[in-house]
Amino acid sequence: MPLIVIVALPFLIAPLVGWLRRAGDWALAVVPAAMSVWLVTLANNDGLASQMSVVYPWVPQIGVEFALRLDGLSLLFALLVSGIGALVIAYSGYYLAGHPHVNRFQSYTLLFMGSMLGLVLADDAITLFVFWELTSVTSFLLIGFNHEDAKARYGALKALLITAGGGLALLLGLVVVGQMADSLRLSEWVARGEMLQAHPLYLPVLILILTGAFAKSAQVPFHIWLPDAMQAPTPASTYLHSATMVKAGVYLLARLYPAMGGNTAWRDLVAVVGLITLVWGAYLAFKQTDLKALLAYTTISALGLMVALIGVGTPTALKALMVVIMAHAFYKAALFLIVGIVDHATGTRDLMSLGGLARQMPVSAVLATTAALSMAGLPPLFGFLAKEKAIDSVLGWEATSIWAIVGPLAVVVGAIWGVAYSILLVYGIFLGKPRSTPKNPHEAPAGMLVAPAVLAVLSVLTVWPPLREWTASLLGGAVDVVLGKTTQLDLELWHSVNLSMALSVVAVVWGSGMFFLRHRVWTLQAKWPAWARVDHLYDGSVSGLNRLAVALTNRIQTGSLRHYLIMILGALVAAVVLALATSGGLAWPATWSLDGVQPYEIAAAGMMILAALALVIAPTRLGAIAAISTVGYLMAFFYVLYSGPDLALTQLLVETLTVVLLLLVFHFLPRFFEDHTAKLTRLRDGLIAAGVGAMVTLLLILVLPQTPDLAVSDYYIKNSLPLAYGANVVNVILVDFRALDTLGEITVLIIAALGVFGMMRFRVRRRVPVEVKR
Amino acid sequence: MKSLILRTAAWLMLPVLILFSVDMLLRGHNLPGGGFIGGLVAAASIVLQQIARGSSDTRWLYPIDLRYLLPLGVLVAVLAGVPGLLSGQAFLTGVWITIELPSLGALKVGTPLVFDLGVYLVVVGVTVEVIMAVTEEGTWKTS
Repeated sequence: MPLIVIVALPFLIAPLVGWLRRAGDWALAVVPAAMSVWLVTLANNDGLASQMSVVYPWVPQIGVEFALRLDGLSLLFALLVSGIGALVIAYSGYYLAGHPHVNRFQSYTLLFMGSMLGLVLADDAITLFVFWELTSVTSFLLIGFNHEDAKARYGALKALLITAGGGLALLLGLVVVGQMADSLRLSEWVARGEMLQAHPLYLPVLILILTGAFAKSAQVPFHIWLPDAMQAPTPASTYLHSATMVKAGVYLLARLYPAMGGNTAWRDLVAVVGLITLVWGAYLAFKQTDLKALLAYTTISALGLMVALIGVGTPTALKALMVVIMAHAFYKAALFLIVGIVDHATGTRDLMSLGGLARQMPVSAVLATTAALSMAGLPPLFGFLAKEKAIDSVLGWEATSIWAIVGPLAVVVGAIWGVAYSILLVYGIFLGKPRSTPKNPHEAPAGMLVAPAVLAVLSVLTVWPPLREWTASLLGGAVDVVLGKTTQLDLELWHSVNLSMALSVVAVVWGSGMFFLRHRVWTLQAKWPAWARVDHLYDGSVSGLNRLAVALTNRIQTGSLRHYLIMILGALVAAVVLALATSGGLAWPATWSLDGVQPYEIAAAGMMILAALALVIAPTRLGAIAAISTVGYLMAFFYVLYSGPDLALTQLLVETLTVVLLLLVFHFLPRFFEDHTAKLTRLRDGLIAAGVGAMVTLLLILVLPQTPDLAVSDYYIKNSLPLAYGANVVNVILVDFRALDTLGEITVLIIAALGVFGMMRFRVRRRVPVEVKR
Repeated sequence: MKSLILRTAAWLMLPVLILFSVDMLLRGHNLPGGGFIGGLVAAASIVLQQIARGSSDTRWLYPIDLRYLLPLGVLVAVLAGVPGLLSGQAFLTGVWITIELPSLGALKVGTPLVFDLGVYLVVVGVTVEVIMAVTEEGTWKTS
């Protein structure tokens, strides 16, 4: 029960933001803060999973449940989501102070929080997917928050298309795994892991799921959406695009690892993509001049490291993974918040126009330095531990294969760049030459500094007693879930000097060297050809798709009623003829006879034929209207003959009203009724009309001799009175048996009427001369 | 077209036609008729007024703007589905109650009739509004 409260609470208070904010943004942050405190009290609770799960039936027919479950892995993520969420909400109050839509922003943030909590707590594949897509939607809203800005709209759409596109692949993968495992419960999949991995569909399904996870976690080549997502206000970038949402893919991989991971296919796919992203993101980060873009690429790089560690999949690597996740959340969120403060204080976040701010903003400078040291992986910070463990886990891994070289090489290269960009960041903002900025720089208010301060302090404290034991048990709990057995996680900072320590030193020295030679590095980096970017592929596909849609729409939606009729009738004839030609089950009637046909029926039919002919050759429009209504009324006569009184009544009324309508629009029609259409056009129209007539005639000749299956009509006739208390079967079908269809039909009717109404009103308004008021 | 005979006849016929349309609506469950047909009859009676008087002289005849019938009708039809839902069955399942009327006997009333009323309202609204939209354009142009 408490789980449902945790997921529902952010959604429930999101509409109340305006009211809650009257008591201050700190009041708004109380809810997520309380949730994280509650989660903390659970952290050391043994037997967590068995107590903490709820299941509600959702779509029982296909086995979909709304299932939530709290285990070590969910706990780690839920804690990050609620804890950092509380800090971000409090910070946003300052960051967006005076903004007209600050309530909206806080609401979106809360909606995201609820979605993300649902995602990490979900135990049902469909539940997970729904929350997964909700995070994409809230991310879209937050990136596009400044929606007057075309760049924000571009970034929002790009993020949505890529993450939701990946989401579709994920959905397909999850559903197929659900079929393979005969259950949608993620916790059930673990028990069926061997069976899943032996399944012939394993590889295709794995690729689908990985596509979804990689798109969400900005892995190469899907990484291009994350830098553009930086158009979001900085608190949102901090929260979604660094600390939590982008880790959803990592979470999913960790969640599925026990069921689907640990084989060579998994290792090769996941580790390769992760290592490429690690190196590529770090490389690109160093050449950015926009502070947020720099942080975005470092985030891509860190996500690559996390994915690579899941690919490695050894117990050491999984322990390193959890340490990296937590360390990264702390230092990266702190840096983002500081960048927001700098942006706020100076009016720019361009590295080239900042510098020497340490004097004016001493507190920010200290906090940023602490977080950046953690990012660079220096002792005695959390990030040091993360980097050491990451290097450790690739060092002892797959000693006999190519991985023995590639793995450590990639991680160390990532670490070298990490040192370089960490120094660049701090030096560029706070040291170096002071530069004039759009605004006069000043230190942020104390309240705004609280959130980055908490995160920076946590980057230090979590690896020191007394917090260390607690951190170890929290992270260890997450590792246990992925590994499927209990292990010990050791967070000692100092070991004896070993190879990973040596590589760390290499990274620091080399990285510092790169920073000092940064101008040369940038010159080299600028040589990368401008066309060789994944963005071009994305932009090209999007604009290509738009062009295709425009071309297709112009071709199909011509606005000419005649074209529409040609398409509809042509498709009808083609479909029926095709069906008749391929089915082959209908026989031509053996005999032809007019026995039993009454003379008046022949007379009425003959009149209809004559009226139809008269319609075609009528010299005046009035004559044509008279002819066509004659056909309609005679049709009603046939309905009466074949005992369809309801149909006949309807036909008569509709016919009457149609004639009235035709007469009313009479004088809008062209004055000349004589043929002003080309001969060829008339021939084409004639052929289509004849084709439809021939098709219907043929269909009737073939169908009528058949003995129809009357099961459905018998059911209605038999049950109309006993079940629905009505003797008029037609009406009972309309309003009772098939009432939902009727509801749909009257809705369509209304939409059509609104269309007509709007069209007419619009035309009238356009023609009436505007009265000038004096 | 302001024929006095047509105007008088249409005026006199109006209540009869409306009553007839309601009769069509009510009897639809057991005899030919129903909301759709009833709605068309009512619409035809209103259109007859329009032909006889011109549309600008017709709108005042009706207590409400007939445009409101569109959402009202759908609302009635949707609400007719709720009792079925509340009684634990599928949406729009018919629910019937029997009302004892003094000296007239038992009257069975069910949600399908309410649903049919919704159909009736929508049909009247759509038909009259579409024809009026066209006519109003016409009178503007000829005047």
